Amino acid sequence: MRWQARSFWRGMAFMVVLCSGITLLLVVLDGGPWWAKALYSFCIGYGCWACTDGLRLLTEWLLDRARERRGESPGRPGGTLNWTRFAPLLVIGMAGGAVLGIEVADAISGFRSPSLFDLGSPATRVTLAVTVLATALAWVRSAGAERLAAERARTEQLQRQAAQTQLMLLQSQLEPHMLFNTLANLRVLIGVDPARAQAMLDRLIAFLRATLAASRAPQHPLSAEFERIADYLALMAVRMGPRLQMRLELPVELAEVPVPTLLLQPLVENGIRHGLEPKLGGGMLEIGARRDGEQLVLTVRDTGVGLPAARAAAGSGGSRFGLEQVRERLATLHGSAASLSLDGAADGRGGTLATVRLPLGGVPAGASR
Amino acid sequence: MTTARALMAEDEPLLALGLQADLATLWPALEIVAQVGDGQSAVERALALRPDVCFLDIRMPGTSGLEAAQALAEDWPAGTPFPLIVFVTAYDQYALQAFEAQAVDYLVKPVDRGRLEACVQRLQARLAAGLPAGDALQRSVQQLRGLLGMALPAPVAPRLEVIQAQVGATVHLVPVDEVLYFEAADKYVRVVTVDREHLIRLPLKDLLPQLDPQRFWQVHRGTVVQARCIATARRDESGKVFLSLRGRPETLSASRLYAHLFKGM
Repeated sequence: MRWQARSFWRGMAFMVVLCSGITLLLVVLDGGPWWAKALYSFCIGYGCWACTDGLRLLTEWLLDRARERRGESPGRPGGTLNWTRFAPLLVIGMAGGAVLGIEVADAISGFRSPSLFDLGSPATRVTLAVTVLATALAWVRSAGAERLAAERARTEQLQRQAAQTQLMLLQSQLEPHMLFNTLANLRVLIGVDPARAQAMLDRLIAFLRATLAASRAPQHPLSAEFERIADYLALMAVRMGPRLQMRLELPVELAEVPVPTLLLQPLVENGIRHGLEPKLGGGMLEIGARRDGEQLVLTVRDTGVGLPAARAAAGSGGSRFGLEQVRERLATLHGSAASLSLDGAADGRGGTLATVRLPLGGVPAGASR
Repeated sequence: MTTARALMAEDEPLLALGLQADLATLWPALEIVAQVGDGQSAVERALALRPDVCFLDIRMPGTSGLEAAQALAEDWPAGTPFPLIVFVTAYDQYALQAFEAQAVDYLVKPVDRGRLEACVQRLQARLAAGLPAGDALQRSVQQLRGLLGMALPAPVAPRLEVIQAQVGATVHLVPVDEVLYFEAADKYVRVVTVDREHLIRLPLKDLLPQLDPQRFWQVHRGTVVQARCIATARRDESGKVFLSLRGRPETLSASRLYAHLFKGM
């Protein structure tokens, strides 16, 4: 339910101003007792407001329930009802509100107003014209206010998510099992092959630096993304030896395309942890990028134990977490224009294929935080 | 200084090399008789070579170090000394707590010299004391029972009521109540009822949390039996327990890890 106290009181205040304005206008144009004009203005005004807004809230609530039943997340506040869909509701609410308002005002004043549906009466025509104009005005105002509120909510969500992403990236990069095993390998290398130990340490440093920097730079060029993955894979290759083969293919023309920082990292980790590590002989990890019309397509595939086995072994644990994190980042940045899918690789070599699609233009303006 | 033989299971080649090098300086009389990279090979080689000490990495492809130790304890021939087991892990919160609680030997990667030296001294002392073969096995069995009971956080999977077994295009629905026992067979699990059996692809360790432990007892790493379908449990002289069933002619064997489930009231 998107009923918010603040927007309610703002609506109340706006209606006071609007109805006072109408009263003034009618008194100036029509003369007669000001209190009667005021009574009818306020009753019709608040009647229309209650009916149209009530109908709007009800419809949004029903739409939300329907979405929930289909397992989707509720729509963004103020972002669900567009003009064309709401126009019939607006007319019904307005008519109902006007009839209701007139009835209430008649009851209070003891007057007998002509029926709203008697279009021959000049009084009715004035009432109708004023009501339509006033409702339109009120609606435009409230739609504008809602858009602003929605914009603000989206910005806040982006900020929250950026902080959360940073935390999760840190947690996964500093995953103790990975970190201590890497350090254990380093410790051995220092004794047997100092030059290689130094190279491994350089990779670890670059990797940790990128992880810490990911929070400050929400996006970087695709080439940088591939370099960080190469660092991570180099560390894993020292650990897994010949069990880990890898191939990274980045077409030159896509090198500068901006992507969310370390977006692919959880997918690469999953490929190793749930695909290749459990497999006795290990296998190949392939990371690729291509252009598909106006979309950038990034793929991470392994030749590991495959989706059913990996799913069974992972249960509802860490890997879901990683996938959810990627999905959420994509959804916040690009909405439905970006997607992540996970399938069994179809080329007969087995394993899992993760595919990310996102708009080539990079992160849209205003969403870069 | 005693001479001793050791098996090492570690899937990361450099770490295996490092541990070997450290052991070579701290315990020159220790001979590494086998060096393997996965749990299944560890079990096979250990049963064949009968080492005095096994270093088992916890996280390995296929069979984990813990599962390997369980398999060893179940299949180890009675009368030969059971190897001293040392678990090696980079970071496993639950496992470490369990090791502490059960006084199991373990090493944390990266393995520092002092810690390894203390471990070596403990192992040497225990080998020198020469515990009778039966007692060593009994001690390990006790520890492993403890580990199996607490190494993993209890999963809260929803209880399974019906087993769905696919045969060609037909799916057979078997009420869990009618199942006498489940038996792991390679990548499958055999689901045995009074009059027939089915194969399902779900591994036993994923099936187990979905069964009611009061009704379904694990009696072997590869066997889970419905308790009310067990007719008798007979113990032979080597300590093995054989179970006869109601409604099926075959007998099942309960491993020594689970033999304690069967005793008179």
